[in-house]
Formats: sequence, C-alpha cells, structure tokens
Amino acid sequence: MAGAGGGSNDVQWCFSQVKGAIDDDVAEADIISTVEFNHSGELLATGDKGGRVVIFQQEIENKSQPQCRSEYNVYSTFQSHEPEFDYLKSLEIEEKINKIRWLPQKNAAQFLLSTNDKTIKLWKISERDKRPEGYNLKEEDGRYIDPNTVTALRVPVFRPMDLMVEASPRRVFANAHTYHINSISINSDHETYLSADDLRINLWHQEITDRSFNIVDIKPANMEELTEVITAAEFHPHQCNTFVYSSSKGTIRLCDMRESALCDKYSKLFEEPEDPSNRSFFSEIISSISDVKFSHNGRYMMTRDYLSVKIWDLNMENRPVETYQVHEYLRSKLCSLYENDCIFDKFECCWNGNDSVVMTGSYNNFFRMFDRGQRRDMTLEASRESSKPRQVLKPRKVCAGGKRKKDEISVDSLDFNKKILHTAWHPQDNIIAVATTNNLYIFQDKVN
Amino acid sequence: MINTMECAVDAQSLISISLRKIHNSRTQRGGIKLHKNLLVSYVLRNARQVYMNEKYAEIYRMQQYEEVMTVCNEIQELNPLDLAEDCEEQSGDCCGNVGVSEPASLCCALLPVSHLAAVQSAHIQAPSACSAPLSLQSDEVCKETEPSFYRSCCAEAYPVSNCDFSPVNNNLHCNKTTVLDLDTHVVTTVENGYLHQDCCASLQQCCQSAQSPAKKRKVDFEYYISDIEEVSDFTPCKRAKFEDCSYANSEHLDTSNISNLISIFGSGFSGLVSRQSDFEQALNGQFCSKQALASLGAWTRAIVAF
Repeated sequence: MAGAGGGSNDVQWCFSQVKGAIDDDVAEADIISTVEFNHSGELLATGDKGGRVVIFQQEIENKSQPQCRSEYNVYSTFQSHEPEFDYLKSLEIEEKINKIRWLPQKNAAQFLLSTNDKTIKLWKISERDKRPEGYNLKEEDGRYIDPNTVTALRVPVFRPMDLMVEASPRRVFANAHTYHINSISINSDHETYLSADDLRINLWHQEITDRSFNIVDIKPANMEELTEVITAAEFHPHQCNTFVYSSSKGTIRLCDMRESALCDKYSKLFEEPEDPSNRSFFSEIISSISDVKFSHNGRYMMTRDYLSVKIWDLNMENRPVETYQVHEYLRSKLCSLYENDCIFDKFECCWNGNDSVVMTGSYNNFFRMFDRGQRRDMTLEASRESSKPRQVLKPRKVCAGGKRKKDEISVDSLDFNKKILHTAWHPQDNIIAVATTNNLYIFQDKVN
Repeated sequence: MINTMECAVDAQSLISISLRKIHNSRTQRGGIKLHKNLLVSYVLRNARQVYMNEKYAEIYRMQQYEEVMTVCNEIQELNPLDLAEDCEEQSGDCCGNVGVSEPASLCCALLPVSHLAAVQSAHIQAPSACSAPLSLQSDEVCKETEPSFYRSCCAEAYPVSNCDFSPVNNNLHCNKTTVLDLDTHVVTTVENGYLHQDCCASLQQCCQSAQSPAKKRKVDFEYYISDIEEVSDFTPCKRAKFEDCSYANSEHLDTSNISNLISIFGSGFSGLVSRQSDFEQALNGQFCSKQALASLGAWTRAIVAF
C-alpha cells in the first residue's frame, strides 16, 4: 500500500494510541460523532453526542529524528453545543456534533466550525502562556484596591505561565436551517463556507452571522412529491465556485455558483444506472449516499453508499471509474439490518494525502482500505486486544459462506453494534484516526 | 420485479416493521428524521407493490379457475357433448375481452405482463378443469344465480363468509386482520381475510364504473405500476380534512383504524392518504396493516412535511 510519501512499499499499520473510556458500558454522550484532522495534521478534533469537542495535539518528541513516534495528547476540551428546545415545533434539538471542519490557519490561533442539527459555531482556539502581572488597581487575585492607598505606580508586565488553551465561540450561525444539518464545507476562498441540510444548502460568509444565501433548494412545492433529500455537500478543494452535493437516490450533482444565484440546476449529474438483478426491497436505502469527499488534487470525488465506495472522475458522469465493495456479504442480510436499523448507518470515507488510498469503516470495528494503484484492499480491526504499543495490525477476513478458514470471521458472528462510521487520515503522513463507538484509535505506519 | 427471495421476511411483515419505525420516529429525540423516514417509505412502497402483485395474481388465478368451472358446470347441465369446446371458448373470452366490464377481463387488462403469463397457463389448464371439476368449496357457490365471481374467490379461502358483497352495501366489516398494537408493539395476525374482501370490493367498484370509468381504471392501475411516481392529478387530502374528503364513487371500506395511522404520522403525512378513503376516528392504539394496504390506494410514500 503506497504511503503518503510515494513508493510502493507495503505499509504496515501499527497501533499507536487509544483515547476514551475502557469500560464496555458506553455512555451515550461519549459516542464519537465526527473526527477531523486540521490542515497541517498537528491537531485532531473529535465531536461527540454530548455536544463536546475534544482536540488532540501532536507532540513531536524529536523532530530531528526520522523515526520519531509522535503522540496525540489532549489539547483542549470544550462544550460546543447544548441541547435546545424549539418551542414552536415542540422539538428537542440534539446537541450532537454532526461535523467539525477546520479553517486554514491565518495566525497563531486555530479556528474551527462545529455544527449540530441546527446551529453552526465558529470557535477560536488560542494559547495563552503569559499573563500580565503588577496592576496598580487590582490585586493578583482580582480584588480591587482602594485608589487612595496607592502610593506608587508601576507598569504591568507579562510573566510566563503554564500553557492554557482557551476555546471561545466567535460566531454563531443560527436559524438558517429548517431541516437537520448534515454537512459543512469551507470554501477555498477562505471567506465563505456552505452548510447543507436535507433539502437546502446555504452559503455563509465566515464573518457574517445574520445573513446567508440559499444556493440549493430541492424542497418540492408539495411535500408529498418529495423523492430525495440531500445527504452530503462539499466545496471543491481549489475551485471556489464549484461544489457537489449527494442525494439519497445515489446521485451527485456538481454545481457552479457562477451560473446562477440559485444552483438548483446542476452543471453535472453523476449517476450510475441501477443493476436490475440486484433489485430488492432495500435498493433505495443501500443506494443512498452517506458521504462525498473530493480528492486532494480535485480531480476525483469519492462517494460512500451502504455497501460500496465509488470513485468518480469529475469529467465522467455516467459511471464511477472505480468501485470497491466494502462488505458485500451483507447484501443477503439486508432484512435483518433493516430491522435493527443498521441499514441506516451513515459511513464516512476519506482519502490519504496523495489520493492513492481510500479508507472507510464497517462493522465489528473493522475498517477497510483500498489501494487504488495496486488494486489491493485490506481489512483491519480497531480493538483493545490489538492495542499493545507499536503492535502491527493483522489483516482480517470475513468469511461470506462455505467453509470458514482459520482466523476468518463468519458473517453471523459480526458484532453490528460495533461500527466504525468516522475515520480520518493525516493530510501528509500515514497516521489514521479511527473512531469506534466511544474510543478513538490512532494508528501509524510501522517505522523500523 | 423485486427479488423477494433474498430473505425470509415477507412483504407483510416488512410493512409492519416499517410502519412501526415511522411511528417510533415521532418520539425520537431530535425530531423526525426526514431522510430516514423517506427511506422507510420506499421500503413500504416496495413491500406493498410486491404484496399487491402477489395477492392479485393469486386472486386472478382463482378467478380463472372459478369462472371456467362455473361455465363448464352450466354447460354440462345443458349439453354434455359441447363441454370441451365451450370451455375453451369461455376461457378465450375471459382474456380476450378487454372491453367488457367483466371483472375477469378487467383483471386481464390490468395485470402486468408477468401475470398474463400465469393467465396463459391457467387457460391451458382450463379444459382439464372442466372435465375434472375442482373440488373447491366454491362448487356450490358457483351454481348460485348471484354473480359467482365475487363470492368464489372469497368463499374458497374463507369458509365463513362474513362479507357482504352486494353492490348496494358497501360496508365491509372485517374482523380478520393483522394488527399491530402500538402500545405493546405486538403484531398479531388474526385471520388472513381482509384483503380478499377488499380486492373484490375494489373490483366491484370497477364494475360499477358507470360514472367515471377512466378514473376508476387509473386508480386501479396504481396497484400494478411498479415504479410509481407522483400522480400529478392526484391530490391527497391533508390530514385535517380527512373527514371532508369525498370522492364521486368512493368506496366505503371499513377503515376504522386508518385515521390512527395518520395521527401516528403527524400533520404532514398527507401523502399516505387516498382521497377515495373515508376515514373515521380510530380505535386508540391499533391499526390494521392490511387495511392500510387495501385502502391507501394511491399513496407511494410517507413523507414528513414540516
């Protein structure tokens, strides 16, 4: 599997760290709902169902040594969203963080956007390692001094202090979405970003909170005529006028904002005709796209539906250029997966730094990697059993039917409660973050 | 055609499961999830199509046999020598006669091609059916002067016919249903009887199409269109107006539990409503999935409208 730095050596993935509680009793609030590296890869943010954001920072032990093992440690934790109640509709608004997106760094502080179902917030994460001391009118503990007792004046000075990381909400973008927000994406112009819910996509300026432009609206005049919803949206990494959005029908629309103010008419429609021999009760569900991601070079995009990952060339609309089966053995289990709601799970996918490998999650805490160049795929497991430091992960195999070989797992013994929905890949290096239900696993490639 | 072989769960239980999911989504934290409910509605639609197709195919096959049987018996009484000839002629009539407002031919016209194939084979068997009368309970029924067609298909399956098929009386009381108790979430199938009654009733409706035959046929076509897109001239009533919904030749099926179905979905699930149906206030906490199937003639999906 080609590494980020090129070459055709096989990457061996090793356990690096695991974050989160060890006990099996998972508190609902601790369920990880999003994972995202920042643009340098130094910071790794996670959001959970309880509305909290935890940011880990990579600490390079020894930058000069090439074989350094960098670890991610907690950098900042804050409560991003709280549960709310919509009194008009008598609806509770979940505080679960649906997405986190990092803004490109402009100064010493870091900025990220986090969103729940209804509200997007811009957070500033800044470090403070000095504090002013020697005020004339204030004691060190903050009590005010009676001015009459002051006999001399001094200039306050900054003295070093223990590093403190502060997170403060700088903007709140609210009341623009009637339906549940599923995506946010920052534009390459570094000024605007989009937010998408089930039926609409809005364009925001990062500085302006009281206005947003609606750029896509697929709500029909008569809601009974509704046939599809928006499931994900993303800006092109380089072209600030281009974005895509995926639908529950398995289609992707590419829109150009230069064409018109309301981009209801797409520029391109990416759709693969359905295979009629695979038609079932659940065809519509499994064709619904759960995630769409542009490649770093902007030439391709990847979509994830329930059973497969598809790579599309932006210049070819009628079919994907590559299709990878994530867990085809589940096709015969769709009935049970429908009953236990697993068929509605929304898996995400991600590219590695040089777009040569793609990764996505599966059940039983398995995750899958597909090497596009070498046409190879690998299944790995995130488990406590394989959590010894620097332990090399052994490839796993699921036995679809027939005789089960040694070390294979049969489909019936898969644990569908253990699912990996969120994964992230470091933008440059072979470091991956894989979220199980309430734990975050960090794996790195083996260094000799 | 949907491949139904992939799992053991049949269409009917899928419908129950789906309706239960939609009901549960109302009480979920965070509000109704539009995407998930849309997907569930697609499963509902698919299951319903399969279920309807199966039922109508079954009924049609039964009707074929019954009709040929009836004719053969009558002919037998008249002239035993003309037996074989007339049987074939009758079966030919059955299928070839699209214009005649006979239920069988109507069924012929309406059934999709795959079912016509079954019909063809039924015709082939018809002559033998004549010579060796089927030992069905409907034997006696066929000899009655009443339109045996309706009674036969029901009488064959259900010895106790508690359905009144006279065209005048449109109130069909069903006490044999599949019921999901929303409080205990227990699915019980009491007796598999309702849909046949309902089937006959809607076919009956076809035959009564003196006023607006075109409309009626269009409605019945709904059962067979495999990929139903929204019918542009079909405007289901809003929930608030259920009681006011009236239709020219509306079929007064006993849908006492349907309005509860609607109340489950909330103010926006108007897409489920057929303007044919006349809803009464529901028994609390119960609905009949079969009745839902039968009476929701034209809905294609359940949508939450905010």
